[in-house]
Amino acid sequence: MAAKLRAPGFYRAGWLMVGGVGFATLLTWLVRMSTGHATYHHFLSGEAVLTVSLLAVPIAFLIGIGGFDYWFYWATGRPTRPEDHSGHGAYTWKDYFRINTDHKVIGVQYLVNSFFFLLVGGLLAMLMRAQLAEPGSHFVSANTYNGLFSVHATLLIFLFMVPVFAGFGNYVIPLMIGAPDMAFPRLNALSFWLLPVAGTIMLLSFLAPGGAFADGWTAYAPLSTDAPIGQTFFSIGVQFAGASSIMTALNFLVTIITMRAPGMSFFRLPLLVWANFATSLLVVIATPFIAASQFFVLLDRALGFNFFNAAKGGNVLMYQHVFWFYSHPAVYIMILPGFGIISEVIAVKARKPIFGYRMMAFSLLAIVGLGFTVWAHHMFTSGMAGWIRIPMSITTAIIAVPTGIKVFSWLATLWRGVLHLDTPMLFALGFITTFTLGGISGIMLAMVPFDIDVSSTYFIVAHIHYVLFGGSLMTIFAGAYYWFPKMTGRMYDERLGKWHFWTTFIFMNLTFGPMHVLGLEGMPRRVATYAAQFADLNMWISLASFALGLSTLIFIYNMANSWRGGPKAAANPWRGMTLEWLVSSPPPVFNFDRVPTVVGGPYEYGVPGAVHGILAPTPATVAAGAGLARAPS
Amino acid sequence: MSRRRSLTATIVAAVIAVALGILLSFEIHWFPVQASAQSHNTDRLYHVLVIASVPIFVLVVAVILYCVWQFHMKPGEELKDGPPIHGNTRLEVFWTAIPAILMLGMVGYSFVILHDNEKKPAHEIQIGVTGQQFFWSFQYPPSVTGGPTINSYDLYVPDNESVYFNMRSKDVIHAFYIPAFRLQQDVVPGITTHYLATPDRLGNYPVVCNLLCGEGHSLMRTTVHVVTPTKFRAWIKSQLSESSSSTGKISTVRGASG
Repeated sequence: MAAKLRAPGFYRAGWLMVGGVGFATLLTWLVRMSTGHATYHHFLSGEAVLTVSLLAVPIAFLIGIGGFDYWFYWATGRPTRPEDHSGHGAYTWKDYFRINTDHKVIGVQYLVNSFFFLLVGGLLAMLMRAQLAEPGSHFVSANTYNGLFSVHATLLIFLFMVPVFAGFGNYVIPLMIGAPDMAFPRLNALSFWLLPVAGTIMLLSFLAPGGAFADGWTAYAPLSTDAPIGQTFFSIGVQFAGASSIMTALNFLVTIITMRAPGMSFFRLPLLVWANFATSLLVVIATPFIAASQFFVLLDRALGFNFFNAAKGGNVLMYQHVFWFYSHPAVYIMILPGFGIISEVIAVKARKPIFGYRMMAFSLLAIVGLGFTVWAHHMFTSGMAGWIRIPMSITTAIIAVPTGIKVFSWLATLWRGVLHLDTPMLFALGFITTFTLGGISGIMLAMVPFDIDVSSTYFIVAHIHYVLFGGSLMTIFAGAYYWFPKMTGRMYDERLGKWHFWTTFIFMNLTFGPMHVLGLEGMPRRVATYAAQFADLNMWISLASFALGLSTLIFIYNMANSWRGGPKAAANPWRGMTLEWLVSSPPPVFNFDRVPTVVGGPYEYGVPGAVHGILAPTPATVAAGAGLARAPS
Repeated sequence: MSRRRSLTATIVAAVIAVALGILLSFEIHWFPVQASAQSHNTDRLYHVLVIASVPIFVLVVAVILYCVWQFHMKPGEELKDGPPIHGNTRLEVFWTAIPAILMLGMVGYSFVILHDNEKKPAHEIQIGVTGQQFFWSFQYPPSVTGGPTINSYDLYVPDNESVYFNMRSKDVIHAFYIPAFRLQQDVVPGITTHYLATPDRLGNYPVVCNLLCGEGHSLMRTTVHVVTPTKFRAWIKSQLSESSSSTGKISTVRGASG
């Protein structure tokens, strides 16, 4: 038992977390006692202990499961243990529940964790739609309702959209560029374990006195600085999710720059890798801004800093500028990797090279650059200086151009192809349709007078869901079906996949389409009840949304059932050219037993005799320990 | 059907779809009634945006449907690949330049509308707006009342006169939104924000708070009464006499909500 308590794992994490609470109690007691002035007549404050615990306990957990062990050994000058690769790969299901340095295991951890939070976030949406089915409903209280939509958005953005793409990237990027793993496997392992921590913090906020954080995922000050303690769960949860994002993005950048196989020049990179390269640039530059915005709120709340207290010289609008400087690029963080997935699926399923490959790569970089110049279009009605609206409106309209290039290039890739209309392709085509609608409503919102009318109405709700549900989520489903055989070594059920697509596509449009109308009619978003004139459409939307929620169960059943007992998948079921299809399904522990060399472009379909990569004729001699000897189960 | 004929059929169907789409957007008027000079402008902008957007959407959908119809894999083509077309510079320049020009055109037009909507009128009356959790109150300054400032929970404005609202918040951010005017503006603690509207249709229209301001946000609604200038002056007069009889206290609590 003593050995178990000392070895990295959940036992050690358990007692360290208890220690974390003790530390928080002691620290707040010491500080409050030593300052000793009248404000602190209670030396022990539950809120203060809770706030410090929210920082200390997660860190104790991460130390406990062994996220920092190697670095602690190294930093304290103790002999580091020789790398025996024992922390690498998964041989039983238990290996998915520990610090694991294999990018494929981490990728699966990311994906399963993300889909879990998709279900939770979706369930919260069902509760919201139950409340909104009729005006004046008392299904939940107004405060609970505000908590529901806030946690819904926060979970789906920070625990689903952003990490699910990091999951795909983690699994696929090293395989696509011909690398044995990511550049920093230990950092990679830590970056994953920050996510369940962040998600747990956000969900626990429902148990906080005063309810969950209820200011939307935007947490505008000064509403958030005066809110009950639940808000602290958001401010701190976001820090862990953001740290995870930054670590992964750094890892992707270094991996893509330094670990490409021989012959893999930048212009031979598959577009998924390009997309993640662009996304990682956005993440590394932008994410510190949301961390800052939430630290401001935390300091205002916990220590009375008055960053956003107008009466004490604070600046309320500054919050929005700092927040959107991350949160607008975040929209691209949540769609660019999806563009990459769609490019892979469409090239393979249309059996044609991507039309205008270089423009596809450059348009990603254009979006990265322009993405940093549009943030204040979220603030056209905020009361900021009027002139800022003019340049921000122009850049917002212009950023549609590189996005348009991508849509037109996909369409041209379809032209005269041989279209395999299976589940990933259906999701790809569905994506182009609904994302175009979301893009068009985005362009309309870039026009200042129109935005001044419908900003913060249901038109915005419709727009964001067409972009994130009709856009990002469709690409995620496409990617999940497309790489399912590679990740699990099994084939999914094609018939159920098609059912999933059609139910999702139809009910998605029936749910979010009418929201445009509600917005034009002037129904505000984030309301627990509404005027009677909006009743009919809301009932319709609620019914459609329940059907949309049910459609997800088809996906979950298909994935779970096929993973357990689907037919065995071949190494290359789609006849794809990129390197991940050259190795077995699932790939060997170190990906390539024979070193790949890249000799051509990634999408040379229809070019006689063209190949993208070739494997060296003899197995590589990898200097590795015990990990290689065991075969993955 | 030959490829040429099926292409012609698709183009005809697409043109009909574009016409229908634009027609529908004009025939079905989703918006509330137009009750301000600005609302006419903004609705015109909306129609221009729809006319520009529908063809783009129909184009995308038509290409997808045509490709699915004509190029789906037929039996025996399981191992066939498409022609290796890598790109076409002329086409790529075309679909970069045309959307860019279209975007700049639309943005330019929207700025014209914006300029019109925010142009300082020759004559305007000023009304104060105070937002607080969870109700609105309105201050009519001496320049409007000809007497002391009136504080009211009711919003009356004269028809066909420009109203310039000076808005302040007592607690958190609210947004003053009148859908029938097509205008909204955040009301921010610490600064005064402004809202210019020229009501041009008699009637009562909803005023809502359009930025999450806490538990009672969804009930922070009131009504704007657009009345004839004669009725407006009569209402001001009645408010003045009421407030003098109640020694300057808030004259009426009718219409307060939240």
